Amino acid sequence: MDTTPIINNFKSEEYQINMGPQHPATHGVLRLLLTIDGEIIKKVEPDLGYIHRSIEKMCERDSYQQIVHLTDRMDYLSSHINNEAVCLTVENALELEIPERVKVIRTIIAELTRIASHTLWWGVMGMDVGALTTYFYGFRDREMINDIFEETCGARLTMNYNIPGGLMFDIHPNFVKRTKEFIAHFKTKLPEYDLLLSNNIIFRKRMEGIGILTKEDAISFGASGPVGRASGYSCDVRKHHSYSAYDKVKFNEVLKTEGDTYSRYQVRVLEMWESLSIIEQLIDNIPEGDFFAKTNAVIKLPEGEYYQKVETARGELGVYIVSTGTKNPYRMKFRSPGFSNLSLLNHIAVGGKIGDLVATMATLDLVIPDIDR
Amino acid sequence: MGLTKDYNTKIMTNEALQNLISLWIPELEFTEEKSQFLNITVPPEQLIPLMTQLKSNSETNFDYLFCLSGVDWGKELGVVYHLESTTHRHQLVVKVKTEDRENPTFDTVCKIWYTAEFHEREVFDFFGIQFTNHPNLKRLFMTEEWDGFPLRKDYVDEINMIIK
Repeated sequence: MDTTPIINNFKSEEYQINMGPQHPATHGVLRLLLTIDGEIIKKVEPDLGYIHRSIEKMCERDSYQQIVHLTDRMDYLSSHINNEAVCLTVENALELEIPERVKVIRTIIAELTRIASHTLWWGVMGMDVGALTTYFYGFRDREMINDIFEETCGARLTMNYNIPGGLMFDIHPNFVKRTKEFIAHFKTKLPEYDLLLSNNIIFRKRMEGIGILTKEDAISFGASGPVGRASGYSCDVRKHHSYSAYDKVKFNEVLKTEGDTYSRYQVRVLEMWESLSIIEQLIDNIPEGDFFAKTNAVIKLPEGEYYQKVETARGELGVYIVSTGTKNPYRMKFRSPGFSNLSLLNHIAVGGKIGDLVATMATLDLVIPDIDR
Repeated sequence: MGLTKDYNTKIMTNEALQNLISLWIPELEFTEEKSQFLNITVPPEQLIPLMTQLKSNSETNFDYLFCLSGVDWGKELGVVYHLESTTHRHQLVVKVKTEDRENPTFDTVCKIWYTAEFHEREVFDFFGIQFTNHPNLKRLFMTEEWDGFPLRKDYVDEINMIIK
């Protein structure tokens, strides 16, 4: 008779499960192949390409004015900033003198975009960890920004307000008034965010001490945006490689040193205050003048290579153009922030639980079309 | 709130960089033409020694690989590395090229910068460039059975590509 105690039959075993592509916590069509042992994560392997449109290849046959319209389909929550990145690259290559008015308006709208993106993230991130109320709060405040965009840019999400040389049209007469109304409104609402989540003991216990990313790893993995800054890595493109009107305003680069999920959360909430401050400094000082600089109807970049980086809501977006002097780029590459931020997920999630992975992913703030391009 | 930071750290000039780097490996080509960065073209077999030195040397300290792109120059295939130092804030571009279009192969730099692992998979996916010693070199976006490498200039797909 077999006398082995029955407990020896329960061995630790690894197995694989799919998270996504339709898992609500993946925020889009991303499939994660998880290798788990019980509930402990051993390996996370992202499977990409579900919505890859090969924007880089499409760029090679399009004119520079057309390319701008493709870019807001990458990171749709930072659409204005993506457009700006391409416009800046083209303008720098042509050595165009851009009116001050354009620079200031671009900066204001970019910061409104950042707040809109962060409020949406805040809402969805609360929902990921089980707090439904945050979703409605976040969307309520974002709605006001979308209304401003609708009036001035003509669209609420994929705005296409930038063109190489300036802006599509001048700001709406209501723009300044409504932006000020939003600032006054949001200043009373942002402390509520802290009351509801930031200082909530249940939330903090869920978030603190998981998904830790050290500064050295953050740099090596090419982390940028709030993900890098939460690890104490100073990577704000607006500070280090200033563009548009960021050299005219005073703002702090929000840095945290813990590198865990909660500090990434904090960085984004504090960044919304900084964005508000930037808008406040500029909104009464929009210079008079033209809203575009004249360009040729057919834009041909001089032969050479051009690189421009900007700070989107997710981090550093780089645009690399190789031009042979024709009206299309010879090669166009987008270095998207989400791509690098996703690549470090395996590194920080291994050893944690599946529940922690959901919270960690929420604070990486991935937008899948940005990764798939 | 934020820690105080100095954003105007001293930047090594391109000339100083060139003088320093040309001491390490003699057969490098330097150019600043038609680019805002200093460009180095390195022979494939010297890629790893150069990259290791660029990162580990305390004067250069290029610890941040901010972009890695494949480029098809027509006759040649190659990879472009955009580097930056987070301490000294200088930037540099390293290029490596090969004329072998059948079997283009370079060494991987993902031991030096972790971010290269994903970027090199993307380059492999779209340009068919192999990276030796890469831990997980397989298609990233396209399906495994996809025929050809879409971002090459000689790629033809009559169904999915609209040619103007």
